[in-house]
Amino acid sequence: MALSSMQMCRKCSFLLGMRKLCVELQRSSRVLCTVNRQRSTIFPHSAGVLRSLRTPPCARETQLRVCAFSDVHPTALPGQVSRTPPIHPVDDQDSQAVDASKQFCDSVGSPVDLLSLVEHRMPLEDMDGAPALSPFEEISEEEAIQIQAQPAMPPVSISLKDYVEQSETLQQLLLLGVDLWKLEQRPNVGSMLLRLDFQMDVKERLLFLKDVGVEDSQLGSLITRNPFILTEGLENLKARVEYLKSKKFNQQAVASMVSRAPYLLNFSIERLDNRLSFYQQTLGLSAEKTRNLVIRLPRLLCGSLEPVKENLKVCELELGFHTNEIQHIITTIPKVLTASKKKLTEIFDYVHNVMGIPHVLIAKSPQILNSKLLRIKERHLFLQYLGRAQYDPNQPNYVSLNRLVSLPDNVFCSDVALASLEDFELFQKTL
Amino acid sequence: MGRPAARLYRALEGLFAVYKPPGVHWKLVRDTVETNLLRGLNGAPRPAPRSQVKFLPEPCRDNRVTLEASVLPVLADHPLVAGPQFQKLRVGVGHRLDVFSSGILVLGVGQGNVRLTEMYNSHNTRDYTLEGEFGRATDDFSCHGRVIERTTYGHVTKDKLESVLAMIQGVNQKALLTYSNVDMRSQEAYELAAKGSLRPQSKSPPIITGLRCLKFAPPHFTLEVHCVNETQKYLRRLVHEIGLELRSSAVCTGVRRERDGPFKLQHALTRQHWTLPDITQAVHCSWATWTGGEVNTVQLKKKSSTFKTQTVLARCGTKRWTLDMK
Repeated sequence: MALSSMQMCRKCSFLLGMRKLCVELQRSSRVLCTVNRQRSTIFPHSAGVLRSLRTPPCARETQLRVCAFSDVHPTALPGQVSRTPPIHPVDDQDSQAVDASKQFCDSVGSPVDLLSLVEHRMPLEDMDGAPALSPFEEISEEEAIQIQAQPAMPPVSISLKDYVEQSETLQQLLLLGVDLWKLEQRPNVGSMLLRLDFQMDVKERLLFLKDVGVEDSQLGSLITRNPFILTEGLENLKARVEYLKSKKFNQQAVASMVSRAPYLLNFSIERLDNRLSFYQQTLGLSAEKTRNLVIRLPRLLCGSLEPVKENLKVCELELGFHTNEIQHIITTIPKVLTASKKKLTEIFDYVHNVMGIPHVLIAKSPQILNSKLLRIKERHLFLQYLGRAQYDPNQPNYVSLNRLVSLPDNVFCSDVALASLEDFELFQKTL
Repeated sequence: MGRPAARLYRALEGLFAVYKPPGVHWKLVRDTVETNLLRGLNGAPRPAPRSQVKFLPEPCRDNRVTLEASVLPVLADHPLVAGPQFQKLRVGVGHRLDVFSSGILVLGVGQGNVRLTEMYNSHNTRDYTLEGEFGRATDDFSCHGRVIERTTYGHVTKDKLESVLAMIQGVNQKALLTYSNVDMRSQEAYELAAKGSLRPQSKSPPIITGLRCLKFAPPHFTLEVHCVNETQKYLRRLVHEIGLELRSSAVCTGVRRERDGPFKLQHALTRQHWTLPDITQAVHCSWATWTGGEVNTVQLKKKSSTFKTQTVLARCGTKRWTLDMK
């Protein structure tokens, strides 16, 4: 874009024989304003274009302010301005001017660039050069009704609150249930959302997500967690879903995976493939089991593989589980792969060395590796105090590890410890 | 309709005590309490959004567009745009507990933090229970540290232990008199000492005001300590030194705070009760404790005591006896 504008500048100046100006233009970043001024001298019509395009003032203002919020030079916003549908029909002067500029382009080259250039620059020129509408000019009732006098938006803001009233995208996202206050805290996301056009960018992707099978209630939380899915190319998204389907994930599975791991569709097919093959090969699982694993914890496909490798090594070397035990643990509790290894070792240390539970029993009920150490400690000590800490399945009064950690406090007290909840709380205060 | 969040917050301002489990950092306890309180407060109904009058174009018959005035809520006040009402709370922590110790931790919310400072300045005593074990010594005096010495403990008897405790208590009593900043030859000092409410008036090293043995079953023993300006590390070191005095060595297996100023164990909230309704209840109770309780009266007495002592001394015309404040 910048390059083509440079080329054009050079050619303009060549036509006009203004070599000095050309050098200046090459240096300055605000090339385009000056170019427009030049053109208005070349084309008598273009002043008319400017005037006719000025009529919906609020829309233009919005775009300008948006630029300011995003803190990016206006040149970075080619798509948006050109996309906004003109509210008024293009009048004769306008089309003449476009024709003229087309001719000019044909003589100069790169017509597309120049055309878009003419369109982008209008608002800027609008603010700068052309005289304002005369207050004495008569306008019709129809026109008068369509003029919307809205309070001016701040050029810079730390919050999206100031833009919600005017931006259609933000309003629609709000209706979907997106937490805008969370998004505005993330760097660059606010300006990205403001730059999006709902009809052109957002709608297609939302419809696509619906086609994938994401439920309406999930859409809001999905976009809250991954707003970047709105800027991802639609072909890429489609290709990735097709890839997942080609790996025999059914429709429901893909939908639940996408809604639970929102970044899944932002990663390339190579990366997804790499992750899937890693889990299948390293863990030695069958295709069906790998699929189940990934469906149960889809963020395995998004995250880095290093912590997973470390956790596997910790389970194998530090905790001393056999390969088949690790397989069993992981297929029942996939979260073990992404848990912190410090937490894993602490829990294992307490369960194995203090409570005296062998590897086989832990592998049989791996839920214990997923719970909190404090909870295990408190309950074990309470049972020990009551004389009920008996974890051997061959002895009477056996307390299974799953029941020890997964029951809520009141059920644990009444069913397992056979004591009252008050006693348990008093006991907690003696630890 | 519940109560609005601002009123809930006002009811929350004050002090309350939680029971910190061992192995958890005090900061984590504070953050958990803050998160739970925020969840409770933000669950309360919000004030109604502001409304604005907008002129919306409305197509009506014969294809003409008319403007219709309508009152709409301001979108900027929508919960999803404005965010939660409370994003963070001022939750202050009283005298800290380190990771391995457990027991009462006093927290203050909002204006309660002012009272935390008052509590700090009033130099309350705190009660601890120390679990000790004879037979080894570690580098950080706790049972988790690296073992640097192993000893026998067969010769240690309860009598010997108690004599050592009495000796330590005597030394600390002397230090207490030094730091309490009261004229020792006054009636006031006598009365304070008789009641046992002598306190250091300013910063001081840790001082033990009471020490006794609760349980003695070698190698394990349990001590009860009342002290001022202590740290948990100091208490573990105390156990270590008791071991050395007994010609053996000891490690501390547990430090548990049973009282912090007016806050006693029955007031403390366990983990399950760190929720908005329970904490509000506890804060309400603590107001009662604070107004009728020990702390306030002690402070008043101190002020009056220094005043009276000075007047008495002035009347007698005696030269004021100054303490050696090194």
